[in-house]
Amino acid sequence: MALRQCAIYGKGGIGKSTTTQNLVAALAESGKKVMIVGCDPKADSTRLILHSKAQNSVMELAAEAGSVEDLELEDVLSVGFGGIKCVESGGPEPGVGCAGRGVITAINFLEEEGAYDDELDFVFYDVLGDVVCGGFAMPIRENKAQEIYIVCSGEMMAMYAANNIAKGIVKYANSGSVRLAGLICNSRQTDREDELIEALARMLGTQMIHFIPRANSVQHAEIRRMTVIEYDPTNPQADEYRQLANKIVNNKKFVIPTPITMDELEALLMEFGIMEVEDASIIGKKAAEIAA
Amino acid sequence: MSALTREETEALIQEVLEVYPEKARKDREKHLMVNDQSIEQSKKCITSNRKSLPGVMTVRGCAYAGSKGVVWGPIKDMIHISHGPVGCGQYSRAGRRNYYVGTTGVNTFGTMNFTSDFQEKDIVFGGDKKLAKVITEIELLFPLNKGISVQSECPIGLIGDDIEAVSKKAAKEIDKPVVPVRCEGFRGVSQSLGHHIANDAIRDWVLPRRDTQEFAGTPYDVAVIGDYNIGGDAWSSRILLEEMGLRVIAQWSGDGTIAEMEMTPNAKLNLIHCYRSMNYIARHMEEKYSIPWMEYNFFGPTKVAESLRAIAAHFDDKIKEGAERVIAKYQAMMDEVIAKYKPRLQGKRVMLYVGGLRPRHVIGAYEDLGMEVVGTGYEFGHNDDYDRTIKDMGNATLIYDDVTGFEFEEFVKRVKPDLIGAGIKEKYIFQKMGVPFRQMHSWDYSGPYHGYDGFAIFARDMDMTINNPCWGKMIAPWLKPAEPEALKAAA
Repeated sequence: MALRQCAIYGKGGIGKSTTTQNLVAALAESGKKVMIVGCDPKADSTRLILHSKAQNSVMELAAEAGSVEDLELEDVLSVGFGGIKCVESGGPEPGVGCAGRGVITAINFLEEEGAYDDELDFVFYDVLGDVVCGGFAMPIRENKAQEIYIVCSGEMMAMYAANNIAKGIVKYANSGSVRLAGLICNSRQTDREDELIEALARMLGTQMIHFIPRANSVQHAEIRRMTVIEYDPTNPQADEYRQLANKIVNNKKFVIPTPITMDELEALLMEFGIMEVEDASIIGKKAAEIAA
Repeated sequence: MSALTREETEALIQEVLEVYPEKARKDREKHLMVNDQSIEQSKKCITSNRKSLPGVMTVRGCAYAGSKGVVWGPIKDMIHISHGPVGCGQYSRAGRRNYYVGTTGVNTFGTMNFTSDFQEKDIVFGGDKKLAKVITEIELLFPLNKGISVQSECPIGLIGDDIEAVSKKAAKEIDKPVVPVRCEGFRGVSQSLGHHIANDAIRDWVLPRRDTQEFAGTPYDVAVIGDYNIGGDAWSSRILLEEMGLRVIAQWSGDGTIAEMEMTPNAKLNLIHCYRSMNYIARHMEEKYSIPWMEYNFFGPTKVAESLRAIAAHFDDKIKEGAERVIAKYQAMMDEVIAKYKPRLQGKRVMLYVGGLRPRHVIGAYEDLGMEVVGTGYEFGHNDDYDRTIKDMGNATLIYDDVTGFEFEEFVKRVKPDLIGAGIKEKYIFQKMGVPFRQMHSWDYSGPYHGYDGFAIFARDMDMTINNPCWGKMIAPWLKPAEPEALKAAA
């Protein structure tokens, strides 16, 4: 099987890292060879696989060694649960330097050092929530990830972010081979959440690949720095991730997304009762003015 | 005396513009004009200080070049850190001939390159820690430095390094001024914005340092500002001011020190040589310290005398007499220079293309030698520069702003000047075309050209360039038209 490179995007705090690691653990359990590349200066994309607080990142080690050229692949690559290879790009603390450049440097390093060997079945890039600059778009540029999965929920801002990410994908899809492969709904238990995300997916021209229900077992596992798959393989939640993994393995629906306008998104939210029908007469009115 | 009439010059501009695509033609059209001395404001006929078009081979520099290379670099007893990757500092190292007195590496640092030498990790994690370390090491290795400036290269503005915070902290630690300068190269359209940013940094971080200090002043204290001492220009200027009875309390920034800069607010008059790069600070001192300022021109005896008298007019009779005494003293020497060189240079036509001051300032020096400037232009001038230029240039001469490689070559082919004065990027193109050329940024490794002493050197250099026998040997012997047999026989 040829190497498939997938990137996971989504609004900050939506559960990208948790979902990715549980998904990857399920893939590994089924015998796939997988690598995770964390593209977030927080470097928390591999902790559940490695049972560690935060892995030593490429940029951190490069800074210690002098430059990235002084590093060897084995310095930055750790192997965790199920033989999953883990790398964190790393980056600066908030407020200094350029995190985007860190992602670019780290991914170039992995490619040059031959981290993506023939034995791998999947590479997953777990990317910082907001694509604030070119560096965080690095995983979807030419010859990197071809499949993008967007993690979202039935909350308005999560859907808004998903639509924005779809816009970003269009830009790169037209000039390269990157495609939107589906929405992963990480449930926040809002009303009719599955229907809403399915509707959004249809509008974007894609699919809701799986609906992951909310379950405390994920948190229980996370406290132990483990995935549910490893912590409690018989838990029903583990089966949800196995289903997601299976759907991704068999996924054939790769599209250039059709992002929707703000008006269309608002109309969708109103249809599902998440947003009140707009009352144009109150816009720009102060409380005192309305009272009068 | 101009060889081309107004109509011919206008036609030449139109002909040159014809090769451009429409968008470029529209833009370039605004930067080219035929001079008309009756015009009061240049903005009616020329546009300047705009972004260059891609592909036109502009010779402009960047904001870093304007700050580090021009304004700050020559301050000899400070260390100027090129903050960012190594290239900006290293490839411009000692590139400008700012002469200075001192022992390099001990108490002066003009020709050295100090850089924080950014690596990938400094971009990703920020360069502020490294900057702090560089300053500490500089202080350890070069304890006689009198201060440090941080000259920002492009990445600093992109990654948002807090160089102000590092500078403030380091200044306390080493008890010397540490000046952050936000002169990232991508800012502005040319080096000109770098001059402005550098002036603002001097205003904010240097000038107020001795505001409350006593100063033993005299009524004759002046500051020379905007002379970068190329080949010793400031020295041959300064002696004239001192001979007429003035006291030069500061020299900016050629052969200059930070102490002189700090003292400048005590001057009675600020004398501005390079108006383009230093007018900002002169205007600031006028507002804050009520110091009047004036632009002067020390190229060629006519302009020197004019300027000495204009400077003296700000002072009492003692200085006015001093000015006349100085002019009289050098008269014989100047007559001799002109008597020697004018017959060899009379009627020769010159085209200039320099930075922000010389395109107008050297016109008088050429005229003193009987030469005529038939075309001129600025790399990075603004419209106040062109306002001044219109009066100095003859009617129907060519004026070009941020001239493109193509335009300059075509103009030269048609105007056929006897001499071109421009920079290193133009030099070899025109020499290969067989046109005598002088570098008017660096004085072609000669100088000084300012003042009376400078004029003697200027005249000699122009003569040895224009009248160099090599220009008669530009055609290979076998390509020359055959001499008639009769002449050969006669010989």
